[in-house]
Amino acid sequence: MPRILIYILVMAVVTYLIRMLPIVLLRKEIKNKTIRSFLYYVPYVTLSVMTFPAIISSTDNMISGITGFIVASFLAFRGKSLLFVASGASITVLICELIIRFI
Amino acid sequence: MNKTERITYLKNGIKDGIPIALGYLAVAFSLGIQAKNAGINAFYASLMSLLNVTSAGQFAAIGIIAVSGGMGELALSQLIINLRYMLMSCSLSQKIPGDTKLGTRLLMSFGITDEIFGISIGQKSYHPVYTLGAMLVAIPGWTIGTGLGVICGNILPGLIVSALSIALYGMFLAIIIPPAKTDKSVAGAVIIAMITSFVFSVTPVLKEISAGNRVIILTLIISFIFAVLFPISDEDNETPDREGGQA
Repeated sequence: MPRILIYILVMAVVTYLIRMLPIVLLRKEIKNKTIRSFLYYVPYVTLSVMTFPAIISSTDNMISGITGFIVASFLAFRGKSLLFVASGASITVLICELIIRFI
Repeated sequence: MNKTERITYLKNGIKDGIPIALGYLAVAFSLGIQAKNAGINAFYASLMSLLNVTSAGQFAAIGIIAVSGGMGELALSQLIINLRYMLMSCSLSQKIPGDTKLGTRLLMSFGITDEIFGISIGQKSYHPVYTLGAMLVAIPGWTIGTGLGVICGNILPGLIVSALSIALYGMFLAIIIPPAKTDKSVAGAVIIAMITSFVFSVTPVLKEISAGNRVIILTLIISFIFAVLFPISDEDNETPDREGGQA
């Protein structure tokens, strides 16, 4: 078996077990209030940490990144859909970088 | 749950999975370029994406594979970087109906990524079929994007790649901001998470911590503090569609 295939299988198994075990083993509703509250906050904190400040350096130019961040936050605050917010951010970055190029 | 309802959940999942697939296409594209530089061909790069579906994990793995690192090191890197999926899986296990079949659990858990988890946990009325629908479009997007990145990485203009790269983050914001409007403690958690994340990224020593580990450390600490200080009330319990009968 090629070594690259072994690499891929090793990482696939580890990653799958991490995802699979809790959902298969945790059959009952967790009663403990602190644990329930903890799990309630986890997704929001995780996504926040991953988004900021990474979003600012995700594009070629920090100005377009910051502008995209502000526009996306505004659209999300207005309750727009995932697709709308995502494309709004992309189009903002595109316009920003075009402007930067021609200044 | 009847067949029509199931199809509705599936359709909703596919619909919400489309922006994810588009974002994945862009991110996977750059992943493909990395894979190519590490000497991985389009077939193996796509296979890696199909079987792993984890951006941060794969980025790290490609680095290890490029220098022919050890299997143990690779396994440990995946364990640490992807540990957040375990937290997400725990969280999702509380949202799915208690009578969800083993097969469904085995299948849906394969698709727990940041984005698919995000849209799943954000659903008011949720069924695992929704997650499967999202996986149906998002995973091919991730896989195909990787292959395309290896094959034609340098064709797409940088301007387009740059614009597409922010799409995923825009989607994250669309997931976390609306609930933060109605729940003050979520808003507090979001703001503090972003501030500390920023501090971690610029402070000497702290900034040496990898992005994956930063996510784990801050998620554990901040979520725990908020759970103790601002526990959810029973009305907040986000599992209204769970089959009634706790004894």
